[in-house]
Parts: sequence; C-alpha cells; structure tokens
Amino acid sequence: MRPFTYARPDDAEAAVATVGADPGAVFLAGGTNLLDHLKLGVATPSSVVDLGRVTSTAITELDDGGDGDGDGDGDGAARSSTTRSGLRIGAGALNSDVAAHPLVRRRYPALAQALLAGASGQLRNMATTGGNLLQRTRCVYFADTTTPCTKRDLTQPCSAREGWTRYHAILGASEHCLATHPSDMAVALVALDATVQVLGADGTRTLPVAELHRLPGDDPTHDTVLRHGELITAVDLPASPIAARSAYRKVRDRASYAFALVSVAAALGVREGTVADVRIALGGVAPKPWRATRAEDALRGAPATDESYRAAARAELADADPVESPLGGNRFKLDLVVGALTDTLRRLTEEQHS
Amino acid sequence: MTVLDARVMGTSVRRVEGPDKVTGTARYAADQPVDAPLHLHPVQATVARGRITGLDTGAARAVPGVVGILTPDDAPRLADLGDPELRVLQHHEIHHRGQYVAAVLAETPEVAREAAGLVVVTVAEEPQVTAFDEHSPARHPAATLANYAPPTSGIVDPDAALDAAAVTVRATYTTPVQHHSPMEPHATVAAWDGDHVVLYESSQGVAGARDTVAALFGLGEDDVEVASPHVGGGFGAKGSLHAGTVLTVLAARTVPGRAVKRALSRREMFETVGHRPATVQHLALGATADGRLEAITHDVVASTARIEEFGEPTATGTRAMYAAPHRRTSHDLVPLDVDPPTYMRAPGEAPGSFGLECAMDELAVALGLDPIELRVRNEPEVHPESGVPFSTRNLVACLRRGAERFGWSARPPQPRASLVDGWWHGTGVAAATFPAIRFPGSTAVIRFRHGRYEVEIGATDIGQGARTVLTQIAADALGVPTDRIEVAIGDTALPRGTVAGGSSGTASWGSTISEAADRFRDKWGDDPEEGAEADAATPDNPWAGELSMAAYGAQFAEVAVHADTGEIRVPRLLGVYAAGRILNPTLARSQFLGGMVWGLSMALHERSVVDPRFGHVVNHDLAGYHIAAHADVREMTAEWIDEDDPYVNPMGSKGIGEIGIVGTAAAIANAAYHATGVRRRELPLM
Repeated sequence: MRPFTYARPDDAEAAVATVGADPGAVFLAGGTNLLDHLKLGVATPSSVVDLGRVTSTAITELDDGGDGDGDGDGDGAARSSTTRSGLRIGAGALNSDVAAHPLVRRRYPALAQALLAGASGQLRNMATTGGNLLQRTRCVYFADTTTPCTKRDLTQPCSAREGWTRYHAILGASEHCLATHPSDMAVALVALDATVQVLGADGTRTLPVAELHRLPGDDPTHDTVLRHGELITAVDLPASPIAARSAYRKVRDRASYAFALVSVAAALGVREGTVADVRIALGGVAPKPWRATRAEDALRGAPATDESYRAAARAELADADPVESPLGGNRFKLDLVVGALTDTLRRLTEEQHS
Repeated sequence: MTVLDARVMGTSVRRVEGPDKVTGTARYAADQPVDAPLHLHPVQATVARGRITGLDTGAARAVPGVVGILTPDDAPRLADLGDPELRVLQHHEIHHRGQYVAAVLAETPEVAREAAGLVVVTVAEEPQVTAFDEHSPARHPAATLANYAPPTSGIVDPDAALDAAAVTVRATYTTPVQHHSPMEPHATVAAWDGDHVVLYESSQGVAGARDTVAALFGLGEDDVEVASPHVGGGFGAKGSLHAGTVLTVLAARTVPGRAVKRALSRREMFETVGHRPATVQHLALGATADGRLEAITHDVVASTARIEEFGEPTATGTRAMYAAPHRRTSHDLVPLDVDPPTYMRAPGEAPGSFGLECAMDELAVALGLDPIELRVRNEPEVHPESGVPFSTRNLVACLRRGAERFGWSARPPQPRASLVDGWWHGTGVAAATFPAIRFPGSTAVIRFRHGRYEVEIGATDIGQGARTVLTQIAADALGVPTDRIEVAIGDTALPRGTVAGGSSGTASWGSTISEAADRFRDKWGDDPEEGAEADAATPDNPWAGELSMAAYGAQFAEVAVHADTGEIRVPRLLGVYAAGRILNPTLARSQFLGGMVWGLSMALHERSVVDPRFGHVVNHDLAGYHIAAHADVREMTAEWIDEDDPYVNPMGSKGIGEIGIVGTAAAIANAAYHATGVRRRELPLM
C-alpha cells in the first residue's frame, strides 16, 4: 500500500499552506485523472488535499477592471452592453455546468463546444475547471509504469519517440517528451485569451492560460509554470466581441469519448470578405494548448477564403516536426491541421454571411 | 428428424433473467458471496521472452495481511495437458509479456497488490519477436485451423486461370490484432475442501472448465464443481480456461477451506486471455468479361504464438461463398512471443470476409458491374468445394431484400459522386455467411414436479439469451406454455452441456432438449405423474455431411467521409439475414445488431497496438483500445427473411451469434471507397 494523508481544508489559504508544506502533496478536485493515476501507480503522493470545500463553483459576470471590450486599449468601447463584460469561472465549477451556462454558450461558444467535446457525461459531471487545466497527458507510455517515461521520471528515456505516436506532438516537443496536453477546454481558453487566478503562499497572481502550460524542453516532469502549492482559484474570460463568433472543432478516432488527434478553437471576424480579426488555438498537436499566432498573423487582412485558411495553417506548421515511427508515426497530423482549421474557419465565415 | 410446431418459438418472450439483471441482483462470478475470501494479485513478466533466474519474495512476505506467495519454485504441480498456456507457475520460462510468474494471496486486494509489487523478479532476457511481419523467416504453413477445417484447399489450377482471365483483381488486405474485452472481465472464485474444489467462473462452458481443472489437478470430474450462472459477455475469450483461472485455483489449493476471489484487471484482459491474431490476406479474383468468376485465391498469413499454434481460419468462409472452377485457399502462420490467440466472434469469417468481400467490390468496379449483380452471377448451385447441396441458402434473397430496403437502385455507379455539406457520401455492400453448427455431447433431463417441467442442461447464458430461448424450445417440444417450464443451466451439477461458442448453443442444446422432450412424451404422455423423468443426449443430425448448412446475410452501409479531415462516419447500416427460424425476434435483433456494431468497430476503430520493443499491447485499456461509442452507432437495422430449413435441427434454426459481424467491415470499407474513390485495404480505416 502507498499510505498518504488526506485533508479536506475549509479555505483556499489552508489548502495552499497544506500542499506547500509537503513536497509530495497534491490537490484533489474532481479526481477524474488523479484517481486513475493513483490506481495505476503513476501518482504516488504523500498527501492528498481535497478541494471540495475550497474552490468556488460560481460562474459570475466579471467586473474585470479592464475596459470591457477585450482589446486592452482602454477605450472602454461598448462598455454599455452587458454582452461585452467578461466572465469569472470558479475553479470548482464542473465542466458540465460551465458547458451548459447560458452566458458561456452565448458569449464563448467555443468554450461550451470544447467542454462538450471532452470526456463523457459522467466525467464532465465530476471534472472541474481547475482540474481540467491541470490534467496530465494520456501518452500510453506515461500511464504505464512498466514502460520508461521521462515525464514520470527524469532519469528514464522517452518510450514514445520510437513507439506509438498517433496522439503525440508535432509542435513544441523535445527529444525528451512529445506527449500532448489532452484538454479540450484549455485549447478554447487559450484562443479566447482567458487568464487564470492563482493563489500561492505569497498571495495571488494572474496568468494567461496561454502561459500556464510549458513546453517540455529538458524537464518534461512539469506540465505548467505553477510552483508547488499554487492553486488555480478561477478562470477569467475577458469581454471579447469576437468570442461570440467562435467554434471548437475536434477530430478524433471515434465520434465521441476520445482524445483529439487535432482540434481547433477559433474565433473569426470577417468584414467585407476580409479577415478583420481572428483567434486560433490548436489541440492535440503540442505539449500545451497551442496558440497559432503565425496563422493569425497570416490571416489578418487576408481574404476570407479556403486558400487563405490553408495557407495560414501551413504557416503555423512551418516548424512542425512529425515523428516517423514503426508503429505509424504522426505525419498525418500536418494535413489534418490544415483540413480541420480550414473547415472551422470556413464554417465561421459562412455563419457570418447567413 | 421432426421439426417442432412453433407456438412459443418465434415470439419475443421476455428475457427470463431480465429483471434480475436490471435490478442488479443477478450474481456474476465475482459477486458470489463466500465467507472471508482471500484475494490474489499476480506478478507478471515485464519482458516477452526469457528465463526467471531469481524471485525474491522477502519484502512481499513481510507485508501484514499476506497469507502466501506462489512462485514456480513452490507452486503445486499440475498435470501437463499439452497446453503451454495452462502450465502456470510450473517452469521458469517466460513466453510472453504479462505472463504470470508469481502470485500473492492476502486478506485484502490492496495488500495482495502491494505485496505483489514488492516481489523482485530477476530475468535473463532472450531475444523476442512480437512484431508481425508476413515475410518472417519463421513463417510456416498452418498445421491446423481453429475450426478443424483443412488449412489448405485447392481445385484445378487457379494461378493459370487468373493469368488467363479477362479481368483479374489482385489485392492485399490486412487486419490488426484485436481484443474481445467483454464488459465483465474473467473472474474466478475457487474454494478447495480436501481434494474437492468448487468454482464460480465467468465461463462460456462449465463442462469444459470442469474438465480442464480436473485434468490439471488429477481429479475426478465429480471433485470439481463449476457454476457460471450469469456471464457478462464472452465472445470467445471465455470459451476455454486461461492462465488467470488456473492461477486462482492453484493458489486456492494452498489454502484449503478458504475461498480465493479474483477478477482480472482491464489490462490483463489485453495480456492473458487471448486475442484475434493479425492477418495479411492476398486475394486474387479472375472473371470473365461478363462477371463470372473463373478463379478465386485467398492466401492468408496470420500471427500466432510461439508456444501454441492457433490457426485463425481466415479463408475457410471463402470456400463456401462463390462459384468458380479454379480455387485455392491457404493459411500460413508467423509465430510471435505473445500470449496465444484464441476464438473471437466469428473467428475466420470476421477478418476473412473483409478480404474477400472487398475484393469482390474491387472486381465489380473493374468489371463496371453492380456489386450485388456480381454476387448474384456467382451464386453457386451447390457448395463450391465439397459439391454437396445446401440445406437452404438465401444469400441472393438477402441481397435483393436489402437492396430494396436500402434504396440501392438510386446509387450512382461511379464513386465520389455525392458531396453533402462537406461530407462525401457513398454506399457499399458485402455478403456474409456463418456455418450452422451443432456440437455433440450435451445431455438434457426433463422432470415433472409440482405441475411444472424442470429442464436441466449445463448450457451457459453469456448474455445471448440462452435461458429464455431454451425455455421457448422446451415449451414447444413439450406442448405446454412457458410458465410451466423451469430451465436450469450454467452449473456442472446439471447434465453436461457444450460450450456457448461457434453460434452453436441454441442448436446443440435445443436439439438435445427436443430429443429429451420426445422421450418424455413417449414415456409419460402429456399427463405425467409427479417425478416423471426422461433424458437424452444430443442427437446426431442425419443430414450432416449430406448437406451444407449455414446462415447467410447481406450487409449494407452508408458512409460519410469528411472532405477536409477524412473523418469517417457510418450514418446507416442494414443487415438482412437468412438464418432459419428466428426463435425470439427481440433477442435475435439484439444479437444481429451487436454483431453489426462490432463490425462497425472493427471497420473504424479496433486495433491492439503491439509495441515490438516491449512486446505488449500499449493501448491496453478501454480509453486506448477504441470501440464504437454511442455517437458512432447511428441508424442501424437488422432484419431477416423467413427461411424454412427442415434439415438443420428440430427448431429449424441456424446460429445467429456471429454472422452480424461478418461482412460488416467490408461493406463499410466498400462504402468508403464509393464515397471517396479512394480504396483502403487496411483495418481500421480511421
């Protein structure tokens, strides 16, 4: 048996202090990933700190202190419209509740779609917003303690690189790890410029979701930039008119209940046949939710056509490094990114015409 | 042989144990209450081939709650039955990754697992081969096939006929390793009392389980009791005993008087209970310009285990399908350092129909002929290899009915003709067959007590509805309503019953019950006295060998392929079957649809990824090994044509447990070609 202590503190500060005091401690939220890892021997914490009484489950309109139009220029444009204020999602809010929330569905459809594209109804009823962000890769070698894995143990080699890489990264990987981050929700949040509120021993800080996860480099054991003991308390979605015209497209090996081979979260503004503004993030292709800034740059001001969308996808993939493996490799993802991004942007374009 | 009058047969009698199952009171093997059971956790090999040179159990023994540890050095000895898979802890050789090399018995599952993790196994590793390569130097002709058919067959000179044919299609099709993984994993509860052992076992056949345990431990058959009252799916994985059961019974032997309880983990379901081997199928079809087949060759290479040969009978279905004067089938095997393959739903027909029925589609394209018409033109008058007549064969009727139901006449002949909302749509067809099998060796007893007829036979209900259908058969055979019938199955305390496998159960057990009922009525009439009793063994079928007996079917699929991403969806599946008398429409539809869903899974999803460096299936759980999710299963229809076959058995029924999977993947692959103009010859398609 692997004995561990279990604590169920009453407030976030106590939770942070408890985990911070023990290098082997972990937070427990919905448990949909951690409990699997406890059973598999992938996680062997010395203490488990249950967040059941700690994190907020509320979804509230945000008085975000910004000017409300999401462009950060401080002009306060459109402040008068209630549809232009942001949202705060408590870290304890369940994936199903967030997906069903009317304001999420109306203002951030990509987020609602991403949540519904993930897991199963049963899992979404347990999984929390904070936990979803911090779930770990589903790389089969990571999840099997009989196969070496650098993400589990820095002293071990990576088994995936010459193994089964169908679900693995083509962008941002290192020689030590090419596992992908599995969250759908995080991909949408990155496209929607969301931030996380983080509570640590030294107080709170705010971090863009796009900067929460890190690339593996020489140390794949850390998925995020969070310091030990830091707790995500909320996710903030900025007011953003373009977010209302967003979508999430997930390509996977079956119609439901599978992780993404490639996914796309995108928001698009088209004016007179030209891309006025665009947000794109990709899932299933990198160790972190991948903000496709090259594709965005290529698209701003470009004609809103399939040709532009394909060219933008190819621009994003300029540095892609697919793996050739005896078990199949993942070169197919190059075409899949192009196809999925084109399909997503085309549909968003058509919606704006109709 | 008389055919029974159908009064209850053919009606949708509700599943006898349905209320127990939906209320959670039906007890499966691991649910059986036993007093203070011990729990077992295995130590498994983490290399695919080698020799154990040391086992340090010191740390494991020190864990509080550990009751015993079994290793090859001290485990009780078993008789050698010539089946290496069953020689559990009898030697120090490692034949496959995941092989049981030791086991811990403890008061709780947690303690057993903890201690098992502390056993240190030292292994001298040996070179292993787990990657399937048809060009392996170890490739050899199969000595036997799993269905006992000859491994090769040939008529005249197919190669010359192929060369001379007006139109020839040559293509190679591949199918991957697949695993059954039924919802209920294999589970065993075993308790010894002296030289007597009682088992609750998740098994497709209690008699076979008893025979194997008795032989392994040198016991008489009366000293082994096996009960399998409810089984949560078997699909071939539970047709014979595997190492996990042997390990549990072996461990229980060391703690007489205490029960040992063990259910396999999901990962073990991918390691120790068998699988469908990988196949490479070389097909060649030669035809005249008007679409008459001149030659068919189906040459197969399949994987097997080095320690135990299993010949997947991939091409034997091809021997029965289409007329052609020149023909050949062959089966070669490549041995690997893996656990032995085993029977998996429609062994042979499931992968083999993918090759043959896709090749027929390719031939239809090459000929510019409708694929249904091609099949009709090559419908044989008699069995194409043995020359014996068919008892009934209604493949053409299934194709015609299906074509009508599916709207086949509106199908554009050319591929890549329909793009709807970003999806290419196409339709495809494939034919299916599965033999109508009756196994000898069951016995049924009928006894009249308290105004009811007790019908006893050691059959097994693995979810297919045996308890219900046997009740219907007994009612009609005895000429009474079902509420006067009490069927008892699933226990070696009952007269012997054969395995629930090969789509043979209803035919085998039903024929036996029908025979016993005849004897009962001959002896006691229709107003029997209390305690009146008769029994019978499975009667021989006088037509066996005289007639070719099989079910046939036609599978239709509509497929949509996304133009940008290549995602494949199957919006419509239709299966039309000719399988004799359908004894219970509700249960039969469920069987057919279950097979079709599995065929859909096989077409789009299922693949056990063996990593040849480690030698095991790396997607070894139901998150990694994909089966069709609800969202993949769209409009599905199974129906059948009325078929009156007085030759197969007294019920006039043919087995229906497996034919639903046969041809389904081919129909989907053919539809995917029709949708896109791109031919994929490897499964899974996605």
